[in-house]
Amino acid sequence: MQKVAEIAQKRAIQLLNQGVVNRVIGWKKGEFGYDETPAVFTTAAGIEDFRYDVFSAPNLSKYLIDESKKEGKILAFLKPCDTYSFNQLIKEHRVNRDNVYIIGIECGGMADINTIRNRGAAGVTDVADNGQTVIAHTLYGDVTFDKNEVLLEKCQACKGKKHVIFDELIVVNPQDDEPKNRFAGVEAIENMTPEERFAFWREQLSKCIRCNACRNVCPACSCLQCVFDNPRSGVASKASPDTFEEQLYHIIRAFHVAGRCTDCGECSRVCPQDIPLHLLNRKFIKDMNAFYGEYKAGEDSETRPPLVNFSKDDAEPSVISDKGGDK
Amino acid sequence: MSVEHESFKPTIVAFCCNWCSYAGADLAGSGRMQYPANVKIIKVPCSCRVNPTFVLRAFQRGADGVIMCGCHPGDCHYSTGNYYTRRRMTMLFDFLDFLGIERGRTRVEWVSAAEGARFASVMNDFVKNVTELGPNRKITDLRTKPEHKEGE
Ligand code: SF4
Ligand code: SF4
Repeated sequence: MQKVAEIAQKRAIQLLNQGVVNRVIGWKKGEFGYDETPAVFTTAAGIEDFRYDVFSAPNLSKYLIDESKKEGKILAFLKPCDTYSFNQLIKEHRVNRDNVYIIGIECGGMADINTIRNRGAAGVTDVADNGQTVIAHTLYGDVTFDKNEVLLEKCQACKGKKHVIFDELIVVNPQDDEPKNRFAGVEAIENMTPEERFAFWREQLSKCIRCNACRNVCPACSCLQCVFDNPRSGVASKASPDTFEEQLYHIIRAFHVAGRCTDCGECSRVCPQDIPLHLLNRKFIKDMNAFYGEYKAGEDSETRPPLVNFSKDDAEPSVISDKGGDK
Repeated sequence: MSVEHESFKPTIVAFCCNWCSYAGADLAGSGRMQYPANVKIIKVPCSCRVNPTFVLRAFQRGADGVIMCGCHPGDCHYSTGNYYTRRRMTMLFDFLDFLGIERGRTRVEWVSAAEGARFASVMNDFVKNVTELGPNRKITDLRTKPEHKEGE
C-alpha cells in the first residue's frame, strides 16, 4: 500500500503541474493515525499530506457532487467500491462527469479500528499497514494483526476489486476479484421467527441516537432537501422533531435508497452506535435480485434501477407470502 | 388470553384506487355484501399514489393490517401505475416482514370495478387472517428500548 500511495502522490503532483486538474481530492491524516479524512488539495506542496492506507475508507464520491460543479477539473481517487457510487451519481445526474479526472486506486481492504481495539490493542496511537499484516502502535508496544481479521464489515463483504469507471488506474498488486457472499447476515435474520426478528431489530434500532451520520455520509442520500431535514431548526441537517420520522427513520431511509444503494457500506462504518445498517440495505438488494433479476446499482451509469422500472410479467406480491416458512 | 383473542377486532387500513377497487367496494356496498366494519378504506387516485410512508403511517397509528387494492395489472386507469405498485409493495412488505411485521398483515389484491363480490371476500379473508395473527407489534417500538421481562 505504501507503494500505491507514493505512486498516487506523484501522479497527483504531475497532473496538477500539467494543469490537467486544479484540485485533488484524496485523504489526509486525521486527528489520529487511524482516522484518515477526505481532503481537497490545491497545491503540489499540499499533497505532502496525502495519505492512502488501511484507514482510507471514506468514500469520496459524495464530495464530488459539489466539487464537480466548481470551476476546473478535479482529480479524484476512487477505490473499486467507490466507483460504483460515482457511477450511480452520474445516473442520477448529480455529478458532472466531465469535471472529474478519476484515478481508480487499488484497494486491499480497509481496517476497522474498533475491531483492532476489541482485539486487545488498547491505547492505539498509529497503525502501519504492511500488506498482509496491520501493526498497531500502542502506548504499550506494537501489536500485529492479520489484515483479514480486522477488515471493516464492508470489506469482508467486498463486491469485487474491479473499478467500474476510471480515467486511469493505479493497481500495483492485482487482487483476487471474487465477490464475497454478502447475504449471509440477511439470510440468518430471514430464518428467525417474526418475534425474533422484531426483537433483533428493536435491540438494534433503539440504540440509534439520530446523529444522522448514516444519511450524511451516504452517496445515495444526495437530495438537496431531505425529508429528514428540519428547515425551521435553523441548523442544517438537524434532525426533525417529528415523531413519525423519528420512529420510522431507518425504514424510510432504507426504502429511499432501495435500488440506488451501491452497498458501499459507509452507513454501517460511520454509525457510532454500531447498528448493522447494511443488513437493511442488503435485504432490499437481495429481494430485488431474486424478483427482478441481478442488479448492481452503479455497475453502469445508464440502466434503470428496479424500483423505477417494471415488467408486465413481474412476480405478484403474493410471492412473499408463498415463500414458505412462517405466514 | 383466548377470550381476549376472540374479542379482538383488528384495525385494517385498505388503500383502494379510485377507478377499480373503490368502485368495487361501492358495488359490494350497494349489493349489500357483508364485509367487516373494521376495514377502513382510504381512497387514492391510483394504487401507485400510495407512498410507502402511508403504509408506515398506518402502522404507526395502530393498524393491525394494511391491504392495497388496485386495478388488475394491465387495466390501470393511468396505464402503468399498478405495475410500479406491484414492485414497490412487494419490496416494502417483504422488508416489513424482515423487521418482524408478519407478511400476513400486508397484502396486495387486484379488484376491478365489477368485482364487488370479490372485494367482500378478499376483505373477509384478510380480516380473518389478521385476526388470527392477533394484535400487531407496535412498529414504533422498534425505536424504544426493550422492556426487561419480569424476573430478569
Ligand atoms: S445506504 Fe449505506 S451502503 Fe448504501 S449507498 Fe448509502 S452509505 Fe452506501
Ligand atoms: S449513524 Fe447510527 S446512530 Fe446515527 S442516525 Fe444513523 S443509525 Fe442512528
